[in-house]
Amino acid sequence: MAEQTYRVEMKNINKSFGGVKALNDVQLTVKPGEIHALMGENGAGKSTLMKILSGAIQKDSGQVFLDGCEIFVKSPKEANDLGISIIYQEFALVPHLTVAENIFIDRLSEDNKGFISWKKLRGSARQLLDELGFNDIKETEIVSDLSIAYQQVVEIVKSLSRNSKVLVLDEPTALLTNKETRHLFRLLLDLKEKKNVSIIYISHRLEEVFEICDSVTVFKDGTYVDSVDIKDINEQELVTMMIGREMSDYFPERNCKIGEETFRVTDLNNGRMVRNINFGVCKGEVLGISGLVGSGRTETIRAIIGADKKESGKIELYGKELNIKCPRDAFKNKIGFLPEDRKNQGVLLELPIRHNATISCLSRYTGPCGWIYKNNETKDVTELTGKMNLKCSSIEAPVKSLSGGNQQKVSLSKLIASQCDVLIFDEPTRGVDVGAKREIYALINSLAEQGYTIIMVSSEMAEIVGMCDRALVFRNGTIAGELNGSEITEQNIIKYAMGVGENATCN
Amino acid sequence: MQLATDSCAKKTRMTPGQFFLKHNTLIIFFILLIISSLASPSFLTKQNVFNVLRQQAPIVVMALGLLLVLLTGGIDLSAGSIAAVGGMLIAMMVNKVGNTVGSLFLSVIVMLVLGVIIGLIMGVLITKVKMPAFITTLAFMTIGRGAAYMFTSGQPVRLNKELPGALWLINFGSKTSPALGIPWAVIVYAVIIAIFAIVMKYTSFGRLIIASGSNAEAVRLSGVSVNKYITSAYMICSCMAVLGGILITARAAIGTPSAADGYEMDAIAGCVIGGTSLSGGKGKVGLTILGVFTLAMIGNIMNLLSIASYPQQVIKGLIIIGAVILQNLSSKKE
Ligand SMILES: Nc1ncnc2c1ncn2[C@@H]1O[C@H](COP(=O)(O)OP(=O)(O)OP(=O)(O)O)[C@@H](O)[C@H]1O
Ligand SMILES: [Mg+2]
Repeated sequence: MAEQTYRVEMKNINKSFGGVKALNDVQLTVKPGEIHALMGENGAGKSTLMKILSGAIQKDSGQVFLDGCEIFVKSPKEANDLGISIIYQEFALVPHLTVAENIFIDRLSEDNKGFISWKKLRGSARQLLDELGFNDIKETEIVSDLSIAYQQVVEIVKSLSRNSKVLVLDEPTALLTNKETRHLFRLLLDLKEKKNVSIIYISHRLEEVFEICDSVTVFKDGTYVDSVDIKDINEQELVTMMIGREMSDYFPERNCKIGEETFRVTDLNNGRMVRNINFGVCKGEVLGISGLVGSGRTETIRAIIGADKKESGKIELYGKELNIKCPRDAFKNKIGFLPEDRKNQGVLLELPIRHNATISCLSRYTGPCGWIYKNNETKDVTELTGKMNLKCSSIEAPVKSLSGGNQQKVSLSKLIASQCDVLIFDEPTRGVDVGAKREIYALINSLAEQGYTIIMVSSEMAEIVGMCDRALVFRNGTIAGELNGSEITEQNIIKYAMGVGENATCN
Repeated sequence: MQLATDSCAKKTRMTPGQFFLKHNTLIIFFILLIISSLASPSFLTKQNVFNVLRQQAPIVVMALGLLLVLLTGGIDLSAGSIAAVGGMLIAMMVNKVGNTVGSLFLSVIVMLVLGVIIGLIMGVLITKVKMPAFITTLAFMTIGRGAAYMFTSGQPVRLNKELPGALWLINFGSKTSPALGIPWAVIVYAVIIAIFAIVMKYTSFGRLIIASGSNAEAVRLSGVSVNKYITSAYMICSCMAVLGGILITARAAIGTPSAADGYEMDAIAGCVIGGTSLSGGKGKVGLTILGVFTLAMIGNIMNLLSIASYPQQVIKGLIIIGAVILQNLSSKKE
């Protein structure tokens, strides 16, 4: 290791938020032209370290070197100028602007001295999107109209367009399905080989890390654990390194009897993305919904729970037709829902965990005139967050002070606390670490065992395969296929999702 | 004031600095209080204090209503005009039917209900028709003001002392209660402040109003009818504005169509000085009241020192800017 210059070297970094020590004397070294994984449980400090590197926040102490020279980055713009670009875990797009404007947000008028040449801007955006292979995104689309996965793609394109030396990706694939993920990996490998870019890759998905990374650094609770080459380690060892203990079966056994059908959707239609959806779910059953990004999974769920107006369709619970016009009707009828977009739809960032957890079921804690019985509320929320293993200083802390994965757990707690009979999870494990994922799976299992009816939308195929009794595969806004029990395999899901073997029905 | 900002800039890393930022509204209030009482001997006299307390009655009740609207992330520019409508109509009504004290109370209730209805219309336009709150309430600002002038072709309406109901209203506005000689109006708004504080802190209504302003979409998807809460904020705000107008008429013994002009701005400024966020989701009842009185105190001490009215306005504006900068600093430090 003599005299090797690292592309990025971060030494003895410390960072506290108020009283919370988020990073304690951590280090990170990344060689030129390697993909370096940064791993650790939720709240380990990964995002915090990357925000320090990109100048979004300032370190308390420590040193950062780029190609051997110490750098003092004070703002994201300076980091950009030095060739460091980052895709944040929570996106930083401007929702009301178009895709093209977002991609070139900091270079809107480079050559025109303050005037934007729209033609040129759109042209370069189009060219870039085509080059990178994302042909189905229109450069003139408003970002907030895109699905969240496509927003992630825009974020990726934005970063890739900067010709940076160091590229940081903070959980870029948390919302992408196989197809986009593959595509992203190809782009990353290209960057590494052709342009010698150093890539720091944060993910909770082990198989991805083993697939594309060259080395890995592990953090635990804000401290540095170790750095190793990927080829010197296996999955089991990596998990042990992260959670400090061994973890047995990833998908815990579920032991429950599937009862009669409780929930049925008939002829649901809503525009292009939801066409003729028919399915039923039984008591104690976990129904998976899989499909590519943009296949209409989330749109279908939103139409069911009344978040979007539906054109037609019948929704029945226990054989009784429900008239659901808004999410409130859904919750009143005991159909609960976890949105996929945590930051915009899931949690109230400024408010305490306690307020977030009980917002769907506040009436359970209120007496006359809406008086809130705070003690009961505190007791229940403490118990629930304990069960979810939520890492927080107290349940009075605002949600924005939590790490991404822990925010997801708050969002989940809210749904669990609502005590609905039908629980619809849209990406329940988005951004949560391996240990917590297993806990969420165990939780879903116990809910199923208690007789809840569960629908789980997921982009992670392993999750569908490991967790579901039955799976629907969506394609182009309709159900392309239904898989039962042992038929649920990655191959079968891909087959339906991509539309191959259209005629081979599995029922 | 100057002193305060300086010491904070130097000490932000230290505990006293953080303490200052955390409680800045309170500390600014007391610093101003001390400076004022040193600057003018007549400032802390009972008469002056009660005077300020009574003068602020309409602004205080309007600020409470506006606080709710601001918490939902909206704004209500119509409050001042609605107050004028309320003030005019109550004078006209009492002069017509004020033979008994009972009919006065009935008139007040009718007026408050009218306020609620106006708020309901604005709320529906904002939540259902999806008109921007700024424009909707701007329209109601001009409608209200115009209506207030139309009722009597611009003539003020003097309360008729002969009628028991009208006399009661005049006495309410000018007399003081037996309790320490505190003006009646002050007692009324003290009770209202207490109700607001309790509702905002301990009831689901208060919590969901704040939640709606924090992230309306997330609240909606959690199964709460956000529109209902936003609309009720406007209903309460207009109701409070009408109450403000009634208090003005009672105090002056005359209903004027030009009354309460620009009061909504003072009320909004009071909320913001008290740390209320204009983007919603953040704001406290107690601090809002403190904000209102901070502003009132600045005006009062400048009057006592006989500073001319034009420089007064400039100074007031500068102090508002200073207070809001402090608010931003303290929310960043969190
Ligand atoms: N703005 C903040 N205020 C207070 N505490 C914070 C803030 N940002 C992060 N923290 C705390 O710092 C710690 C590290 O957070 P960080 O977001 O870096 O975790 P992470 O490793 O990225 O986790 P995840 O996998 O869940 O994204 C957490 O305990 C978190 O609560
Ligand atoms: Mg993170």
